Amino acid sequence: MKFLEETECKADATADLVYRVCPMHLLEPGEMLADLEMGQVLEVLTDYDGALEDIPAWCAKYGQEFIGVGEDEHEDCYRLYIRKIH
Amino acid sequence: MKRVYLDHAAATPVRREVLEAMLPYFTEGFGNPSAVYDLGAQAKEALEEQRAKVARLIHAHAEEIIFTSSGAEANNLAIKGAALAHLKKGRHVVVSAVEHHSVLNAARYLEKFHDFEVTFLPVDRHGVVDPERLQKVINPATVLVSIIHASNEIGTIQPLAELARRCREQGIIFHTDAVATVGQIPVDVQELGVDLLSLSGPALEGPKGVGALYFRRRLRLVPQIHGGIQENGRRAGTENMPGIVGLGRAAELAEIELPEKGPYLARLRDQLKAGVMERIPYAIYTGHPERRLPGHASFCMEGIEGEALIFMLNAKGIYANTGSACASKALKVSPVLCAIGLPPEVAQGSIVFTFNQDDGQEDVAQVMDHLPQAVERLRSFSPVWRKKMAAVSGG
Repeated sequence: MKFLEETECKADATADLVYRVCPMHLLEPGEMLADLEMGQVLEVLTDYDGALEDIPAWCAKYGQEFIGVGEDEHEDCYRLYIRKIH
Repeated sequence: MKRVYLDHAAATPVRREVLEAMLPYFTEGFGNPSAVYDLGAQAKEALEEQRAKVARLIHAHAEEIIFTSSGAEANNLAIKGAALAHLKKGRHVVVSAVEHHSVLNAARYLEKFHDFEVTFLPVDRHGVVDPERLQKVINPATVLVSIIHASNEIGTIQPLAELARRCREQGIIFHTDAVATVGQIPVDVQELGVDLLSLSGPALEGPKGVGALYFRRRLRLVPQIHGGIQENGRRAGTENMPGIVGLGRAAELAEIELPEKGPYLARLRDQLKAGVMERIPYAIYTGHPERRLPGHASFCMEGIEGEALIFMLNAKGIYANTGSACASKALKVSPVLCAIGLPPEVAQGSIVFTFNQDDGQEDVAQVMDHLPQAVERLRSFSPVWRKKMAAVSGG
């Protein structure tokens, strides 16, 4: 998995799923990606460890590009980036 | 004997229109909104319609509404959920001294189990929180301030927009318990500038067992009921569809009727107040004289026990309360009445009348036919009253 620095990836939209229960980290990004343009990037904020496996797997299944993950130490959460290519 | 029910702050009958909207969701519309087949999808659609109706009443967006089981649950989710989601900022919470128990005890929970410091903010003799005083107690560790919109015991409406502004300027989350106001006066979350607002079904003449929390978009909350992804992962548990539909219909009706309801209730309240103050000596009108709920008249009758007065009125078919419904059973003296500086022996004579639009002048007249005599009779065998009269005549 590719780890990103905080400033490395610029997102066009953010899905803040911190404290939201599983599987919200798969449902809401799916809905939000549908509203994005091809090539745009969605940032997913989550404190759910399982998302590190689930989101890349979800991207592979639905044909979206998983860019990588960054950790936000200040916010105590992960930042996962998905590019819409499908 | 005609029944005169003037305790609408404690419970109110569900309106016929509301009940009719609810009924199909007990039977043919029973589907679970989380189910993917059409029965579930129809329920989900109805659920989202109600969310939009509740949002419209308080000028919020539909996605900013979380349905709960009560106003108390909404208060718990707001206080505990917001405070625990922002631990990194600090562990200081401010609540006023005239809050409902669901706010006070949620704050005490944070104090006891999560090492929070809680400031209980005093109020003036009308029960008003002074914005300057709030300003003085907030500090960089303050995460959340919760001030009730209007007290259900004394009716005082707080200067909420000003209080919320002071918090917003310092990045502090502001919650208000608006259970007593939503459906009674216009409530606009944008104008008030609040981040969180609790409301409940019965206050809108909807069913019991349903409430809602408004949360400003993107505000993080730690769920307080863990489980499935209902309410977008913020509150688990299969949705109470009949209750939620009832709340939605009640919100819709409130939006239409509010402009006329307020002035009508205020007239009844003022008639009762005028009657009591004219005919009953040593009666104190508690709460703010003007900035108060339109259908709310609260008094303290010196020298007697409010509970005894309630029983005497009950015998005449009149229903009133001694304070907030849940506090009156548990406590001899209400903390709200203590907070406005009433001595315990005066606070014990508390009586609260709350109207709705089905009440009329004849109901006020029936109260005035019996209340003065009931107070006089109770005073006739009250040692506290005798002592007071002796002091008055002696002095």
